Amino acid sequence: MANFRINVNGCDHQLDVDESTPLIYILRNDLGLKGTKLGCGLEQCGACKVIVDGKAVFSCNSPVSSFANCSVTTIEGIGTADKLHPIQKSFVKEKAAQCGYCIPGIIMAAKALLDTTPYPDKEMVCEALADNLCRCGTHPQILKAVMRAASEMRK
Amino acid sequence: MKLSSSLENNPDIDSWLQFHSDGKITVSTGKVELGQKLITAFTVIVAEELDVDPGRIIVITADTSGSPNEGYTAGSNSMESSGMALRQVAAKVRQVLLEKASHQLGVQVENLNVDDGEISSSLPNQSVTYMELTGGKNFNIKVSEDVVPKRHDQYHLIGNKVPGIGYEDLVTGATTFVQDLELPGMLHARVVRPPGYHARLQELNEKDVREMPGVVGVVVDGSFLAVVCEREEQAVRASKRLSGLAIWDESKEINTENIFIQLKKNNRQSLPVIKGVAELSAVPSIKTPQNSAKTITATYQRPYHMHGSVGPSAAMALYDDQEIKVWTHSQGVYPLRLALADVLDIEENRIHVVHVPGAGCYGHNGADDAALDAVLAARAFPGKPVLLKWERVDEHSWEPYGSAMQIELQANMDKSGKILYWNHETYSDTHLKRPSAHGKESRLLASWHMQVPKQSPQVKPLTGYHTGIHRNADPIYDFNDRRIVKHLVDNLPLRVSTLRSLGAYANVFAIESFMDELAHSCGRNPLEFRVDNLSDYRAKAVLEAAVEKANSRIISKGGGHGRGFALARYKNAKCYAAVAVDLLVDDYGSIKLLRAVIAADAGQVIDPDGLRSQLEGGLLQSASWTLKEQVKFDEKGITSQDWESYPIMTFAEVPEIETILIDRKDRPVLGAGEATQGPTAAAISNAVFDAVGLRLRRIPFTPEMVLEAAAET
Ligand code: FES
Ligand code: FES
Repeated sequence: MANFRINVNGCDHQLDVDESTPLIYILRNDLGLKGTKLGCGLEQCGACKVIVDGKAVFSCNSPVSSFANCSVTTIEGIGTADKLHPIQKSFVKEKAAQCGYCIPGIIMAAKALLDTTPYPDKEMVCEALADNLCRCGTHPQILKAVMRAASEMRK
Repeated sequence: MKLSSSLENNPDIDSWLQFHSDGKITVSTGKVELGQKLITAFTVIVAEELDVDPGRIIVITADTSGSPNEGYTAGSNSMESSGMALRQVAAKVRQVLLEKASHQLGVQVENLNVDDGEISSSLPNQSVTYMELTGGKNFNIKVSEDVVPKRHDQYHLIGNKVPGIGYEDLVTGATTFVQDLELPGMLHARVVRPPGYHARLQELNEKDVREMPGVVGVVVDGSFLAVVCEREEQAVRASKRLSGLAIWDESKEINTENIFIQLKKNNRQSLPVIKGVAELSAVPSIKTPQNSAKTITATYQRPYHMHGSVGPSAAMALYDDQEIKVWTHSQGVYPLRLALADVLDIEENRIHVVHVPGAGCYGHNGADDAALDAVLAARAFPGKPVLLKWERVDEHSWEPYGSAMQIELQANMDKSGKILYWNHETYSDTHLKRPSAHGKESRLLASWHMQVPKQSPQVKPLTGYHTGIHRNADPIYDFNDRRIVKHLVDNLPLRVSTLRSLGAYANVFAIESFMDELAHSCGRNPLEFRVDNLSDYRAKAVLEAAVEKANSRIISKGGGHGRGFALARYKNAKCYAAVAVDLLVDDYGSIKLLRAVIAADAGQVIDPDGLRSQLEGGLLQSASWTLKEQVKFDEKGITSQDWESYPIMTFAEVPEIETILIDRKDRPVLGAGEATQGPTAAAISNAVFDAVGLRLRRIPFTPEMVLEAAAET
């Protein structure tokens, strides 16, 4: 067991946990942030993506200790039902979700892209989502939503 | 008006619809939300019929403690069964309430107006609400055949202003999936499966695991192993450790002989299929028609495919003396309850099964198995809720796959290219192994591993209309003389069950590829050739719409570009769908989809966006199966254990898609969730032929397979 400080969605948390625990279990089970999804635990599907210091990263496999003193943003940290982030708004507008299990990870990957790239083309979006899987085949709506979000965020 | 089949079984209005004092209306269905947007469609149907704001409606999905028993949510049936039941229920409720209002206000029903549940006449101060009329009391009436729903030209919402429901929660991570359930005092569990289908536990010294931090227990029941821990990551770790400690007898192996050879040489039961129905009679012999100038044959193959849900299966269970409660993402809470009762050998009514959304399942995946796993783990800790999740490797290696299939086609044509005789034979394992009541036998995975193991019941060939193997084996073309045969093959190596569209995927792939081959063999245009053999005007309309749209734009003129299309009507009775595909084939055999066009006729369109996403999602999933997927295995077990060894379509591989909906407002709603699976596979194959003159008859069309096919020709 070890003591850590990690910042999640702007709040500092002092944790006393086994340092090898993958971040996702801390987020979901200790901090109650269940929006981050567990899909494979193998860094292959992107369901678990969160943003750490501006980059979209997998949370399913890296130990929480590697995030000590970092600031982590999860899907809950970017918007809520009554105050949606422009990306979330665009996903709602485009109805970009079937089962929706893949969506939080995809939104986080899209956010990391759009935060630094205001004018992405389709290839850049696909590249940013290269390791995000969607089995329902919601890709067309998701791509439209990300492009819509890019233009909303430029306003 | 004929009552929906769901209503025949549950005619009481009160079991479907209730008004509440807060102005909300709850609507119960025995179906479940699987990402197919059933809740949206049902909300709109009821809101339309009652003339209330859709925001008032809360749809409650399947729960064995109250919802109507509607069996499985499967087969693209929900709209036609549950959806139409709700339409009829709501229409009846409206009729009853308007009559009451008419009485109370002294105004004829024809002169009453309803606006968001408020009934009024043109006179001032004359109004009453639904809620005031019902007073929250039960209706105590049944729906009868005299019910008259609205005419389509009276619709405000349907096909038009359909709100998105549940999206805010999905995009903010607020939706609770079964994997996200949390109850006070909850424990976390993982299973440790045998290394292969036939491996059995020989020896286990689990002492080390019991001493690991957080381990509350190790459940051992024959070869069924699970760990139960305080924390989730502890369960993951403990399961890995336990797996390392278990010693298995792996002497019994999986038969790895080429699956298509097994499909032909194993024992089988063969039935003729007549007008979509398999008959328990002798299979007629093949004939050679008079005037036959040309006989063409071809064989088409598909491998085992995975459902490949993005969220591994999971379930929560709480076991105590009174009741066993199970939270599951199963497609059928009632049949699952029967199956669990049999395995546990207890009364069915001691089990309460509630549906909670999971990730998309696309048929019968590991959901039901995980439910039994969770119950077995929870049984060791009465009073404690146990959330059991499969790891990715469990999902990939143990889910019941879509069956491998071989289809052999033959056509005899006269000199003019007219088809005189059509012969279709499909060889396959079953496509329906859902769990239900099976007495001493069971289809739930863990039951085969328990101390007193159960057998999976022997399957019999299904004879129903377009069931399993012979789904869409009967072509929609006008061939007078046809011989369709289904072969249910025994003793095949992998575990299988329903995967989206069942046998239709490969049957349509074969038929629609073959139609292309026949057209080319007599120098005909594939579109005209099909139309000449087609008298169903709705089928023609979707086909022509898709092809016209595809031809209206030049996508690529370069070498290696091809365009192909295909058509089917799902089960010859549901949604019509035509798919046209533009693609590129390069010198290394790799296929890139550029664009796809879908034209569909699903009868009356309720929710156009929902319909579109089902059709497009189906196309992309089918394209992924067709281009990339194949479950691999060796003597020991499944080797497609993760997304690297079983790759699926990624964003960069997704083509541009255009979808045309032909809205037949005056026609019944037709289920559409599985309509594009078959046509997509054939359209791709036909486009590859158009591009490079190579006929691909074995799925998947990976670069290796394409080069192999090129070398064979
Ligand atoms: S859960 Fe992390 S990549 Fe799949
Ligand atoms: S919406 Fe279901 S996996 Fe993407």
